[in-house]
Amino acid sequence: MSSQKNKKLTPIQQEYQAFAKEREPKKRVGRNILRAFFIGGIICTIGQGLQMIFIKYFNFTQTTAGNPATAILIIATVILTGIGAYHKIAQFAGAGTIIPVTGFANTVASAAIEHRSEGFVLGVGGNMFKIAGPVIVYGVFSAFVVALIKITIQWLGGM
Amino acid sequence: MEKFFWAFVVGGLICVIGQIMLDVFRLTPAHTTTTLVVVGAILGGLGLYDPLIKFAGAGASIPICSFGNALVKGALAEAKTYGLIGVLTGIFEVTSAGISSAIIFGFMGALIFKPKG
Repeated sequence: MSSQKNKKLTPIQQEYQAFAKEREPKKRVGRNILRAFFIGGIICTIGQGLQMIFIKYFNFTQTTAGNPATAILIIATVILTGIGAYHKIAQFAGAGTIIPVTGFANTVASAAIEHRSEGFVLGVGGNMFKIAGPVIVYGVFSAFVVALIKITIQWLGGM
Repeated sequence: MEKFFWAFVVGGLICVIGQIMLDVFRLTPAHTTTTLVVVGAILGGLGLYDPLIKFAGAGASIPICSFGNALVKGALAEAKTYGLIGVLTGIFEVTSAGISSAIIFGFMGALIFKPKG
């Protein structure tokens, strides 16, 4: 809480802010970082294993093996989300389950399942990208800008 | 075997960056993932992300920042053959598998599973 923000509050409100801050559970950053590293690393290692299986047994190349590996991870995530297990892993691992592609699949699947009661068109269809949408919007827009800049630089003869 | 080690370490480290953004900078998960995607797109544009994938394999291609890189890569690859319009047609070229399967299997999940709690 910045001091500038505090100026607008009455003394009682300021007192409350101080009180609330004191009671706020301390985030155990070090422990959370270790957990994120460990679980995130494991998910990526599983992905690596899947890629190698697809290269070795299904004639994929180094560049194309990522697609089936991602698809398998997404299917597994949807199942784990459906039975409520992903949520439990995520509570333990924090960013370790949010940052890998499984986190993206989890937000899509959990939003879709959660809003089922509102109907399949407006509920499931409308809410599926409620949480995952920003990633796509900002990803696509920034990719558009980056690609245009790079094309312009190449056109001007640089790089 | 070495590949597995670097996938674990690099993938873990990217998740650590995410955890620091969540805990230390107090961003929401949505802000964290969007920031990483934009960073991935910029690194992709600078040509730095592909060497990382070559080095760490799935450790770099599974975290969400590879989504930004893949969007840029698709756009640039199509732009090379079809000109400027390729930026629009190619942007989802590489990431299609991830997005389509998230939609398809996410929908199937909604058909099968009932919400918990």
